[in-house]
Amino acid sequence: MSAKRKSDANSATEPAHNSIEEVEVRGHIIDSLILPKVLDCITAGGGSFHINNVTIGHDRTDPSYAAIEVRAASDSELEEILAQIADHGAVPTAGGDCRLVEADITGTFPEGFYSTTNQRTEIRLDEKWLPIADQEMDCGVTVDLKSSTARCVPMSDVKKGLPIVVGHLGTRVFPLERVEQDHAFAFMNSAVSTEKPKGVVIRQIAKQMFENRAGKGKTLLVGGPAIVHTGSGALICELLRGGYVHKLFAGNALATHDIEQSLFGTSLGVNIQEGSLADAGHEHHLRAINRIRRAGSILAAVDSGVLTSGIMYECVKNKVEFQLAGSIRDDGPLPDVVTDALENQRLMRASIHDVTFCLMVATTLHSIAVGNLLPAWVKVVCIDINPSTVIKLSDRGSFQTIGLVTDVEPFLRALVAEVQRLEAAAS
Amino acid sequence: MSSSTHILMCPPDHYGIHYEINPWMSTERQTDHGEAVKQWQKLRELLVTTGATIDEVPPVEGLPDLVFTANAAVIFQRQAVLARFKHSQRQGEESHFRRCLESHGLEVIETPGDFSFEGAGDALFCGETLFAGYRMRSDATGQQEIGALLGVRVLPLELVDPYYYHLDTCFCPLSPNEAIYFPGAFDEYGRRVLEEHVPHLIPVEEIEARRFACNAVVVGKTVVTNHGCPCLHADLQDRGYAPVETPLDEFVKAGGSAKCLTLRLDGEEATDWKN
Repeated sequence: MSAKRKSDANSATEPAHNSIEEVEVRGHIIDSLILPKVLDCITAGGGSFHINNVTIGHDRTDPSYAAIEVRAASDSELEEILAQIADHGAVPTAGGDCRLVEADITGTFPEGFYSTTNQRTEIRLDEKWLPIADQEMDCGVTVDLKSSTARCVPMSDVKKGLPIVVGHLGTRVFPLERVEQDHAFAFMNSAVSTEKPKGVVIRQIAKQMFENRAGKGKTLLVGGPAIVHTGSGALICELLRGGYVHKLFAGNALATHDIEQSLFGTSLGVNIQEGSLADAGHEHHLRAINRIRRAGSILAAVDSGVLTSGIMYECVKNKVEFQLAGSIRDDGPLPDVVTDALENQRLMRASIHDVTFCLMVATTLHSIAVGNLLPAWVKVVCIDINPSTVIKLSDRGSFQTIGLVTDVEPFLRALVAEVQRLEAAAS
Repeated sequence: MSSSTHILMCPPDHYGIHYEINPWMSTERQTDHGEAVKQWQKLRELLVTTGATIDEVPPVEGLPDLVFTANAAVIFQRQAVLARFKHSQRQGEESHFRRCLESHGLEVIETPGDFSFEGAGDALFCGETLFAGYRMRSDATGQQEIGALLGVRVLPLELVDPYYYHLDTCFCPLSPNEAIYFPGAFDEYGRRVLEEHVPHLIPVEEIEARRFACNAVVVGKTVVTNHGCPCLHADLQDRGYAPVETPLDEFVKAGGSAKCLTLRLDGEEATDWKN
């Protein structure tokens, strides 16, 4: 898994250059032409480089310094290049292996544990760099010494005795911009704006979903109940039927109001078609929940013919995996809702491994929760009428998020039209 | 010349080709010991006539290359950065050179890291800059560390021809802005560095470079080389130098010549810090 992810992360730029080592060269490297010589050696050896840091001395006697990331197609090619440039004084910066300390208390890390980011990270073990699997921010890193593999581990999953990486020695992080320069949304570099040309972004989103439908990756939709309130449920159903969404993460509210609409034609008691308040409409959502609970589950309700339309119905019919998370304000909840927060995190974590694109629509807390779990190389587009939702997501570390400030319904309408246009063009 | 000119030499009592650590050496092609002694004596006398004081490191049996005192250390003011020989055959020389340098009142400094460094054979001042040969005998990283230790600018030059395995076999500073060099011993980068940082470069033809023309001892305006370097000598005369030749073929057999047989304890003529 980790190896594949590493390769995916690089495929956008230099698919062949997966073996990486940082070297440093110091001294009068400019006057002596040592720096250009080292760089020439790297490219002549078939590798590529990125200068991570350069400090130029002020006076003639002041030495300069450069930290250079060397990349090559294979470990053997990298070794050859490193041996070549070592002769010119370029030596690996890695000071040594990472330090491992066994967890002394279940559910906690040892003091000084290495706290992860959502960016691609490697640790050094037995003088070799290992990719970290299950990359996720705000976790620790554990190592399986037998298989020489490393993975992120959340605090709550730590068992006593688990070896945990402590300190920063023997760890390295690859900032996203270096591994994925041709991000599909690279032109949208600033995080959030109401001034962005939405049509261009929507076309990019449609292209991404269209490619994923063809097998390139998996698309995750994280949705809030406003999708139903704004009358956009049918548009989501179009996407589900078209095979454009592979997974749905939502809360009790989206599923409840979707089912309410299916059973009673209202959402929060408001008639979706006319916008008028239905008689005793406020009871509809609770009656809807009750009906599903009586059936046993959403799946059972679909199988028994109780539920015959809507987002949840389409998920069942189109075998779209859904994960419903509970909250303390939930009515019911629906029988499919998982009410244990940590269990929800585990289920979502297990489900996102193959996700390559995530669309977050009209939900703040759920977007942040999923954003916390996704590695930085998964493209995320957050659609919300409220700019603060996207800002919050970015502020919490999901900096790869592209924000689109717009009403949900016109966005989804344009998105459906765009994927249909792509379908027509492809046929 | 100046009475303060101090040159360290080592009598060739135990000199011979006992091993092969450069392309010049062949144990099949032994030295003529008597001839070697004569040539060494003649060089010594020549240097004395320039006004130099000759100090000697006592020869040691089993250390044939101890005669090549240039490799003992690089001298900077009253400091001597001691060699750390690449080949085990020469590592035994280090302690003898250390004792000798200390006895001459120099502060002997060990190289700061674990790398090989062969003294003035690979580190020559021209002006305020220390030009440093690397790849064959000395490590580039180490040269930079020595520069940092002494607080001087170091310009490492890669040596690309194994026949010119030390910098002093292909580069010889004459004054703070003049030097002799053999372009073929350097790569394009090295040649560009020399061209940019030494205002007057005197190139040596390959045939004379093979005669160790660049391995010259400079005392004031006197430049002593092996015999058989007429073109260089003409160029030196044009530039106001007094070139002198003396046969050193017995030492060429081991890959050394005039410069290799000497170490300026008071610092090379071309250093900026003594001018």
